[in-house]
Amino acid sequence: MSNGEVNLARRRFLIGATSVVGGAGVVGAAVPFLASWQPSAKAKALGAPVRADVSKLRPGEILGPLPEWRGKPIFVVKRTDEMLNQLEALEPMLADPGSARPSQQPGYAANRWRAREERKDLSVLVGICTHLGCSPKYYPEVGPQAFDGNWQGGYFCPCHGSKFDLSGRVYAGVPAPSNLEVPPYTFESDAIILIGEDEESA
Amino acid sequence: MSDAKSSEKPGALVAGVTQVVNWIDERMPLVETYEYHMSRYWAPKNFNIWYLFGVLSMVVLVNQLLTGIWLTMSYVPSGDKAFASVEYIMRDVEFGWLLRYLHSSGASAFFIVVYLHMFRGMMYGSYRKPRELIWLFGMAIFLVLMAEGFMGYLLPWGNMSYWGAQVIVSLVGAIPVVGADLMEWVRGDFLMSEITLNRFFALHVVALPIMLIMLVFLHIVALHHVGSNNPDGIDVKKFKDENGKPLDSIAFHPYYTIGHDLPAIVLFLMVFCSVVFFAPEMGGYFLEPPNFEQANPLKTPDHIAPVWYYTPFYAMLRAATYPLFGMDAKFWGFVVMVGAIAVPAVLPWLDRSPVKSMRYKGAISKGMLALFIVSFFLLGWLGTQAASPLYTLLAQVGTAGYFAYFVLMPWYTRVEKTKPVPERVPA
Repeated sequence: MSNGEVNLARRRFLIGATSVVGGAGVVGAAVPFLASWQPSAKAKALGAPVRADVSKLRPGEILGPLPEWRGKPIFVVKRTDEMLNQLEALEPMLADPGSARPSQQPGYAANRWRAREERKDLSVLVGICTHLGCSPKYYPEVGPQAFDGNWQGGYFCPCHGSKFDLSGRVYAGVPAPSNLEVPPYTFESDAIILIGEDEESA
Repeated sequence: MSDAKSSEKPGALVAGVTQVVNWIDERMPLVETYEYHMSRYWAPKNFNIWYLFGVLSMVVLVNQLLTGIWLTMSYVPSGDKAFASVEYIMRDVEFGWLLRYLHSSGASAFFIVVYLHMFRGMMYGSYRKPRELIWLFGMAIFLVLMAEGFMGYLLPWGNMSYWGAQVIVSLVGAIPVVGADLMEWVRGDFLMSEITLNRFFALHVVALPIMLIMLVFLHIVALHHVGSNNPDGIDVKKFKDENGKPLDSIAFHPYYTIGHDLPAIVLFLMVFCSVVFFAPEMGGYFLEPPNFEQANPLKTPDHIAPVWYYTPFYAMLRAATYPLFGMDAKFWGFVVMVGAIAVPAVLPWLDRSPVKSMRYKGAISKGMLALFIVSFFLLGWLGTQAASPLYTLLAQVGTAGYFAYFVLMPWYTRVEKTKPVPERVPA
């Protein structure tokens, strides 16, 4: 070792280079730890489509026990003609009556019924509030409720008071920011619907 | 006080002990460390009852660690066995009910003593220079504690555990752009599931307790480096005797340990055990009734309320109901809640008063502190109630009061008239 003379520039360069390489190593080593938190192959496999029989569903009724898709409750409701007819009148009170957010429904459900045109009486919704993930409750009857004196029928979330109409469209001025999600679905026959898959995703 | 020098004629036992101590002392600073933190740690002589909650937090921490380790011996963190294993602990494990109730009541006790401990700091200006770092370590402890309580609450896998965790994890979804993916990443699934339970278990029993212990260590190292504040906010290091001992201080051990802390610990344990034995559920505030039903992903309980210690922040989350600047109300609720938890961390830089303690601050500071207390309790109560238009309005008022205390502090601490602080601790 030569005495005294310290090459400060070289020392700084070596410290910098070591830090960069070490930093890259830390980032690389963090990847498996962070990635292991992603849904596992098993969790993804459980997300497969599910079938539900709607042949015995009566008008105004919700299919029970609730079908489960990706662990989420699914609301399948066969609406009466009165229910369908009153949807238009509610629109001034709704935040997104035209279903403008594409993330909340497949293209074929971006309408007033939020359902396939050929079976607009049948509503299929993910029963998870878009606010903080509670499961709303189905209150089909029109009439005063504890949470709303002028209730027009729909879904009410007990956790934070979000309200949705019978198409799962969110009312304005409630905590939930968007309409209930419509999952992709198709009809295998008149009686059986397949939830979680449609012609676009299949 | 005179430092008695050890007597020159030791008995055989004393000689033996001295030999062992000397042997260790040559290899690590045993006596020095003991003196630095205990027998020669000079604590201001005017401590009052508010100075008990630090040591009581340590007592509760030990309780949580000990009972927690024992609970893991019988608990099974799996979706189909978790709920049953908690019932097994309650019914079949010898004294399992006691271990579990000590742990569940301990969680509430932890927050009671920590909230009081934090309030002491706010009241006497303990966060002021040179104790900012102690305060920041303390805030970090508070954050870890909240995470620890939240994750622990999922473990019994009751229906309230399940939906409470679902709501809080969904908060992450309020973050723009990455929220939805982040939420999936935290849960490891499309909805809360056994996968989430498993990772919360790992964090609750391993990762967070290690962080907690490390932070408590740093909190105390920083405290003992600068010395304790006191109810008058007087710098007791200003006047020292010829040996360098501050005149207005006494040795932490034995004066505070035996004379102050030990009776307090006994009294605390008496109250704590009465709760454990006679009211472990505390009327639904410590353990909530819907949690006696197993987690059901298809059915939300009629009314979701977090455990009492989160309710002030939960009420503020719900208070945000208006979209603003193109972001929806859900996002602002998240921002308000995170802000409410984080804002006390900057107290050392918000407080511009020439005095530390509330005893010498002016009327505005006292009024604002009162406003803070009222807001905090109001929000705490509202957080346990179902939302209604009136309660939402009250929560908005409470949120404004809570933030006003912090945000206006740089102004009101500068303009108000303060009382002169004595040089020495008043007799």
